[in-house]
Amino acid sequence: MSLKVVNRKSPEGNMSVDLRTTLGSLLLPTPVLTASGCAGSGKELSAFFDLSEIGAIVTKSIMQNPRSGRATPRMAETPSGMLNSIGLQGPGVEKFMNEDVPWLAQTGARIIVSIAGNSVEDFARTAARVRRAGDVVSAIEVNISCPNVSNRGLVFACDPISASEVIRAVRRSVGGLFPIFAKLSPDVTDIVSVAKSCVDAGATGLAMINTLLGLVIDTKTMRPKVAGITGGLSGPAIRPVGVRAVWQVHAALPKVPIIGMGGIMSGADAFEYILAGASAVSIGTATFHDPTAALRIQNELSNLLAERGFTALKEAIAYGHRAADEEVGQ
Amino acid sequence: MATASSPLQVRGEVISLKRVGEYYQMAIAAPGIAERAKPGQFVALAVGGEPTSMLLRRAFSIYAADERGVFGGTIEIVFARQGIGTKWLSQLPSHSSVDIVGPLGNPFPIPASPLKTLLIGGGYGSAPLFSLAEVLRTRGCRVEMFLGAATGERLFGIVEGRRAASQLTLVTEDGSVGLRGRVTDHLDELMTRTQTELIYACGPMGMLQAISVFAKERSVPAQCLVEEEMACGIGVCMTCVLPIRGDDGVIRMTRTCVAGPSFDGDTILWEEIGSIPSGTLGAEDLG
Ligand SMILES: Cc1cc2nc3c(=O)[nH]c(=O)nc-3n(C[C@H](O)[C@H](O)[C@H](O)COP(=O)(O)OP(=O)(O)OC[C@H]3O[C@@H](n4cnc5c(N)ncnc54)[C@H](O)[C@@H]3O)c2cc1C
Ligand SMILES: Cc1cc2nc3c(=O)[nH]c(=O)nc-3n(C[C@H](O)[C@H](O)[C@H](O)COP(=O)(O)O)c2cc1C
Ligand code: FES
Repeated sequence: MSLKVVNRKSPEGNMSVDLRTTLGSLLLPTPVLTASGCAGSGKELSAFFDLSEIGAIVTKSIMQNPRSGRATPRMAETPSGMLNSIGLQGPGVEKFMNEDVPWLAQTGARIIVSIAGNSVEDFARTAARVRRAGDVVSAIEVNISCPNVSNRGLVFACDPISASEVIRAVRRSVGGLFPIFAKLSPDVTDIVSVAKSCVDAGATGLAMINTLLGLVIDTKTMRPKVAGITGGLSGPAIRPVGVRAVWQVHAALPKVPIIGMGGIMSGADAFEYILAGASAVSIGTATFHDPTAALRIQNELSNLLAERGFTALKEAIAYGHRAADEEVGQ
Repeated sequence: MATASSPLQVRGEVISLKRVGEYYQMAIAAPGIAERAKPGQFVALAVGGEPTSMLLRRAFSIYAADERGVFGGTIEIVFARQGIGTKWLSQLPSHSSVDIVGPLGNPFPIPASPLKTLLIGGGYGSAPLFSLAEVLRTRGCRVEMFLGAATGERLFGIVEGRRAASQLTLVTEDGSVGLRGRVTDHLDELMTRTQTELIYACGPMGMLQAISVFAKERSVPAQCLVEEEMACGIGVCMTCVLPIRGDDGVIRMTRTCVAGPSFDGDTILWEEIGSIPSGTLGAEDLG
């Protein structure tokens, strides 16, 4: 590959770069997705851009039953980030599949449904309901950053065994080759071991990172700022943690597709994740700052790939891992 | 999907910024937004420049919208300097560019028949009421306005209120301007005198709660424009919720940015804000 400088920066993105990506059996026209919980079910964002133009919409994690979420206040702004404690508010999988998914499907968007649960059985049942919709749903992302009620509330994602139990149950309930992605938490000592146990249990690929556990104290009220006391930290403040996680997991499991996320605000940020080994990226908190972030980032990424001399996204995936003597132009 | 009333994201330009008492009044050329804006809607401004360490947009009620400003469609906001975001805004030089999303939320509902209305504003909460008054008057409603604040410096819109309402009453806690006390201390008398049939209120949550309770006792509906912390302003994050009873009697944690920001005060479970009221849809399942 040669390092040619291409000066065709257009706001629409560089048409000459092939952005297609594959995540197991899932083929996507572009690698840019929304992050779960940061795009609802797509409806509100559709006022700002055509949802079918990006790779896929990853919907807010859905549980079996309706859920109120936590009390307010639910957020605190932090330097280059935010803390949230939403508590997985949602309508329950039945209403979601009957109302939200059909609406999203008619926009032509590809749909990745994120599921959550309080127990292994919850995950399995919710996954089965999602799968019943057939090909309307392209893949399932399994949000295992939830407390396991039958294990002292310990988060599934923080224990390789609990994590693999969930993934095994979801695999069994969706069957065959349907793409499922385990969403990993960075709040672990060894993310690679959790990643491996999820893949061994049947995950097609991995999504990372979820938010980091944080706490903000309001110095006026002298109490925790959010009602849930702790919350999940997101935004550019966590980007290096996400890039590190993707790098380590890709190095250990080079064949496993990764959806990278955490603090992506620009095409260059997305490119960092691609270079670290991600085959796709999700845009979360950036959407709160800029409702068109996902589409803008996709165009910026396309231009940047062209500028660096890539003709296809696939050539750039994990390019950051090349050996020191393996340079461009060789 | 985008429709003629969908919010837009535009690069606006600060046309003017001036101090008004304790507040700041900012006019922003925001083509497209001004044309679509209706009373009760708000805009969300990105703060801190690009790139910024302050990721979340700041929400402000639209005080005025002029489709045919000298610089094209212009909107105006009135804001108090609270934290780092509003401090940044208060120091913006004219002609600065600001990233603005709007109009967001639903307009105030307008009654189908001409009613005797009372518009109550606390502090900068009066901002969205002047354009509302205009619309109400064109529909044949009688418009009384009642503005309250801690001090005279924190009353906003005395001149505008005189113009917009058939009668304007002022109240300050320190008694420096108008009556002494709080809005609710004088509400009984005012409602009796004006034979209020419908209230619109905007201001601190405590004031809205007191007005709601009071109005309910007299069977007068009170439409309250609430202010809950918002991360996105467009309906995708679920931070801005309040416990609200729906028409079906079910309590839901309801997004104030897209379902509001104004609600019939009687549907809000004021006492339970900051908790999940028992019986709320999905409360049992909170593992
Ligand atoms: C629908 C609506 C209309 C509003 N209209 C006005 C208005 O006309 N004039 C005015 O002065 N203020 C208005 N506010 C409040 C205004 O949004 C906050 O004062 C402002 O966001 C504070 O920002 P800051 O950076 O100064 O404070 P910080 O405390 O630094 O803000 C930190 C974060 O908390 C959020 N936040 C803090 N306080 C509030 C609050 N009261 N409401 C919503 N978000 C908050 C901010 O958006 C930001 O994300 C309105 C709020 C809402 C929800
Ligand atoms: C308000 C909010 C809600 C979220 N809800 C979910 C969720 O329901 N399921 C999930 O897997 N991740 C959820 N996340 C995590 C994001 O999907 C993402 O992993 C994380 O925020 C890091 O990406 P970002 O920095 O781009 O936001 C949420 C994040 C935020 C900020
Ligand atoms: S502020 Fe994000 S949903 Fe209302």
